Amino acid sequence: MVNNVSYKYISMPIYKLLQEFKTDPMKVFDYLEHVYRVIESVETKIKAFITLMPQDAVSRRVETLIKESKGKIDSMKLFGIPIAVKDVISTKGIRTTCASRMLENYIPPYNATVIERLINEGSIIIGKTNMDEFAMGSTTETSAFYPTRNPWDLSRVPGGSSGGSAAAVSSGEAPIALGSDTGGSIRNPAAFCGIYGLKPTYGLVSRYGLIAYASSMDQIGPMARNTIDLAILLSIIAGHDPKDSTSLPIGSKNYVALVKELVYKEPKLRIGIIKELFENSDENVKVKAYKAVDKLCTYHECLTVSLPYGKQIVATYYIIAMAEASSNLARFDGVRYGLKVPFENKSWEEVYLEVRTKGFGYEVKKRVALGAYILSVGYRDMYYIRALKFRRILKETFDKIFRSVDVVVSPTMPILPPKLGEFFEDPIKIYLADINTVIANLIGIPAISIPVDFYNGLPIAIQIMSKQLTEEILLYLSMQLEEKTGFRNIIAEVH
Amino acid sequence: MHSNPKLLIGLEVHVQLTKLKSKLFCPTPADYKKSPPNTHVCPVCLGLPGTLPAVNRKAIEYAIAVAKALNCEISDKLIFVRKHYFYPDLPKNYQISQYIGPGFTAIAKNGYVKIFVNGKTKIIRIRRINIEEDPGRILYIGSIEASPYSLIDYNRSGISLLEIVTEPDMTSPKEARAFLEKLIAILEYLGVTDPREEGAFRVDANISFEGFGRVEVKNIGSIKDVERALTYEIIRQKKIVEQGGKVERETRHWDPNKGITITLRSKEYEEDYRYFPDPDLPPMRIDKNFIEKISSALPELPDDRINRFVRQYSIDEYRATILVLNKWLANFFEEAAKIYSNYKKLADLLITDFLRWINEYELMPENLKVTPLHIVKLLKLWDEGVLSVKMVKELLPRVIKEGVDIETYVVSSGYMRISDREYLCKVIEEVIKENPKAVRDALSNPKAINYLVGLVMKKTESRADPQITKEIIQDYLNRLRMGGS
Repeated sequence: MVNNVSYKYISMPIYKLLQEFKTDPMKVFDYLEHVYRVIESVETKIKAFITLMPQDAVSRRVETLIKESKGKIDSMKLFGIPIAVKDVISTKGIRTTCASRMLENYIPPYNATVIERLINEGSIIIGKTNMDEFAMGSTTETSAFYPTRNPWDLSRVPGGSSGGSAAAVSSGEAPIALGSDTGGSIRNPAAFCGIYGLKPTYGLVSRYGLIAYASSMDQIGPMARNTIDLAILLSIIAGHDPKDSTSLPIGSKNYVALVKELVYKEPKLRIGIIKELFENSDENVKVKAYKAVDKLCTYHECLTVSLPYGKQIVATYYIIAMAEASSNLARFDGVRYGLKVPFENKSWEEVYLEVRTKGFGYEVKKRVALGAYILSVGYRDMYYIRALKFRRILKETFDKIFRSVDVVVSPTMPILPPKLGEFFEDPIKIYLADINTVIANLIGIPAISIPVDFYNGLPIAIQIMSKQLTEEILLYLSMQLEEKTGFRNIIAEVH
Repeated sequence: MHSNPKLLIGLEVHVQLTKLKSKLFCPTPADYKKSPPNTHVCPVCLGLPGTLPAVNRKAIEYAIAVAKALNCEISDKLIFVRKHYFYPDLPKNYQISQYIGPGFTAIAKNGYVKIFVNGKTKIIRIRRINIEEDPGRILYIGSIEASPYSLIDYNRSGISLLEIVTEPDMTSPKEARAFLEKLIAILEYLGVTDPREEGAFRVDANISFEGFGRVEVKNIGSIKDVERALTYEIIRQKKIVEQGGKVERETRHWDPNKGITITLRSKEYEEDYRYFPDPDLPPMRIDKNFIEKISSALPELPDDRINRFVRQYSIDEYRATILVLNKWLANFFEEAAKIYSNYKKLADLLITDFLRWINEYELMPENLKVTPLHIVKLLKLWDEGVLSVKMVKELLPRVIKEGVDIETYVVSSGYMRISDREYLCKVIEEVIKENPKAVRDALSNPKAINYLVGLVMKKTESRADPQITKEIIQDYLNRLRMGGS
């Protein structure tokens, strides 16, 4: 516990903070003071941030906000609420690195759509969080700068790739955060750090300004310490954006109202338990996850569903992700922005080679090279086209599953958070650990990670997936479970 | 070379849709050409990390209009692919383009264009039409080799481009020229591009003799240069073949200053562009009603107008084609034809001397001083005999350049044909007095009279009516003969 910090204040959900701030805007400064005390105390151990906004800069920002928002404060949905933003989301005037040497000094001239929406609602960006380089990884260890550590156990990884965001929220450095999720990058660290994280339906949240890893699967999503905070943040970032052609032509919803209504009406749902995904998990995870699911089954109707695919799912995910990544990362060549090398007496090819050799880390190079190989003539049919076919099969499989159940449930991660360095020894094992989470990205459905329990002081979470655009169902079940487990507004004690 | 192997020419024409207000995938204004380098850019067309393309619907409308005008089958889906290659003028190091392949297709294919060459109509087939983004531009100081550095201007990056690919149906540079003139006229009639804007259209020409290697000449900037480049290539390839050599399959570069093509790269190794559907631009259905709406709103196109000219004005296809392919000239003709009914005479004047002087003076059709009325007045004075054909030709340049009102001019300057017998008699008397030898010649040789007529013309600055002049001289000679001198 950090001295001079009111944990009651720090652990307060944002819907309560909002009430306080709206009654007295000066309280924003008090809250920030406590937040920065926490940061000062734990950040050197956790390293959740790549760029941390200095407290005085944030205070000045709040002063301006208060001045400019006179008369509008009541209608602002995030007035004075600090937020940590994954460093893969473009922020105007704030360095955006993707945890890569390539963009170490890149300051974007524009805001992502989600950032514009947050600012319009009065939210304050306090920093850009650490991640796996270009979101490629699931431990935050591939960051070019430093790994982030799990607040529950500093010898362990926080998960990834949004590990910085998850660690910041779980340690009290920020009440909420934005992450991005291409194959589990929100849910995996949310699970390992004991917070709530949601990957929305593909197309619900604008990707404009999200630096692309795999465009057909990337989604920005909310991370928080309780379900309602998650719902508040989702309501703000969701909804159509004409700048993103993959954004669905629908408005946002008031997820808080929808969840409250569902909790009040308490409809009985059919919950499908994906047997294989439980059986493939570590024993401790399995036992705890089943125990949490039982809490839902006392009220809802639970049935077992079968998913007859295993490794194919992971292979398909990585083929598509790497193919798209090889294309998306082609633009990083040091010509217009990013890492610069001297151009004198060099051909363009030599410049590109040097920039990309120095600018990208091992994991990124590996995925870009494999992706280029996958798309090249003579191999694309064997890999890329086959992966697309399986992607369709998987979608049909789940369409069928969702005809007999409303949601499906599994552990979020089949393992407990590994120790730093542990995963590097076995890259295939690290990829296979993504099996539970990549499904939702491959078929574009929403998925939530709900913290349910601890094992040896390490958080355990379950994942629930549902049909496209039924985020409120996931939030409803999350809320029910939150009430039963009492797993809410918990802050990790950093030793 | 055995007998005469067939010459095959196919063209890939890149046309900027210059009439669009914004670029293909971002709201940046498209009129970049007069702006300083790198001022017509935004995060999207600079390919900044995190940016996404959003299609300009108007560009799709234009592409469909072009496809219709080129008699193409239009795809029911709009699919964009990424074409990958590293080059500094390409901000994303891939170009958002189209291609025909597994899971993707071009916006249109299988069309044709009719051309009129050597008195015959010929069909040139269109293989496909792509819509794609233009890259930026690299500027060198002097030549590529000599330049100490390269400068990149991204103003052009993201401009809407159509790539129109023909089958190898042309067999001479002249046919290629006729095709391009027709194509550009069609685009101009559609109002999708201003072909005279600098860089608005670029051509890659594929040329081969049947059974020999195909050579691609890249980036030719004008119709005239296409004709020149093709002519050069034919001679070059013929020479190789005649000397028993082999024409290599390769890509060449056209140097318009030296008038030659030079090797760019051999094509033994086919570049792999790693095409795949752009995940940022999900396939869009192209609605039948949408196509229907566009095609029903198409303006009168060159072929229809040529046919109408032949029918309505009873002029032949050759004249009609020249007029119609110059849209402004055809409009000028139709304006004049409202108040002047010798259409053939009008057309002849316009497509010969009139057009020649316009080009000579490098006049821009949109700010001409000469109006159809000016030309009609000239023709009428000619018809009435006030002006001779020679006078018309002499006056025409001033009418064109300065927009001189010919009626006023003729009256004020007295510049008109002289048919006044009394006056002519006086001039003729002078000529006869001054040239006794010529008179003697004319008495013995009837053809020699023309020399005397010529002398009169000279004295009157060609204004004497030649018919009357001849009559008077003839009379005089007859009198002399009867006098028996």
